[in-house]
Amino acid sequence: MAVDRFPVEAGHIMLFARAVGDPNQIYYDEAYAKTTEPGGTIAPPTFVQASAQFDPDYGLRPKIGQPWFGSGREATGVQRTGGGGGSGLHAEQHYEYHRHLRPGDVLTATSRPGETWEREGRRAGKMTFRETITEYRDQNGELVITARSVGVQTSRPVEQ
Amino acid sequence: MPLKASELAVGQVHEEVVVDNLTRTQIVQYAGASGDYNPLHTDETYSKEVAGYPTAFAHGMLSMGLTGKMLTNWVGDGRLTKFGVRFSRQVWPGDTLTAKATVEAVREEGGQHFVDLALSTVNQKGEEVVVGSASARVDG
Repeated sequence: MAVDRFPVEAGHIMLFARAVGDPNQIYYDEAYAKTTEPGGTIAPPTFVQASAQFDPDYGLRPKIGQPWFGSGREATGVQRTGGGGGSGLHAEQHYEYHRHLRPGDVLTATSRPGETWEREGRRAGKMTFRETITEYRDQNGELVITARSVGVQTSRPVEQ
Repeated sequence: MPLKASELAVGQVHEEVVVDNLTRTQIVQYAGASGDYNPLHTDETYSKEVAGYPTAFAHGMLSMGLTGKMLTNWVGDGRLTKFGVRFSRQVWPGDTLTAKATVEAVREEGGQHFVDLALSTVNQKGEEVVVGSASARVDG
């Protein structure tokens, strides 16, 4: 993932806080936020994941005029070839906060691959894990959040 | 109210119900806010017929976000220095999740006090859906 410009906006923080069911007024009301220790609105701790909105190549967002793998007339708009019926899932997510994000910040994100490993799972068959390290920097080039993500490709749907 | 190192003890627990009867609509809200539109999470037809799951299920990051709400409620705004999780089980519409933080250590580093927490979020059956750790700045 590479994101050239992720503007952190108050309205987006509000929508994100609603989505995680967090009524903390620091995410909704700048006047209230001024009375808190951070002294203004900050973003919830997992907000930076919304950088996906600003990644032009993000694969899990429909692109205008292109086929989408979700359902429409058919159960999927893109017929897959090969594969064993498994899917990509998020296995782990880790954040290190050098500071917390505020509306007005403009971030860049650069990612590099980490380790890759395989494991045989009881419920999902062969699983391939891939690690990605992403650095988020602010408008001054300062590192604000370091993220480590692990994705897993399963060879079949996870048994329930 | 920030936590105080002097008032924290190893083994101390804080827990909250972070969602009661998770709705498909909340999962849709999360897709819209986060930008992760993977149809596994919001598209019943795709999730059942193509991916082979019983129904659409929540984003792992929604369960992390819900766990984070418990954390910031307890340690205070802007206090987290680290937060990491592993998604151990899927979260389904109708689930009720309880997120728990347990004090593992209280330490001082360069004149600043920190608390290290073990995290566990369970569903209504007591099954762990998120396991992780976090660290936060606390007052002396």
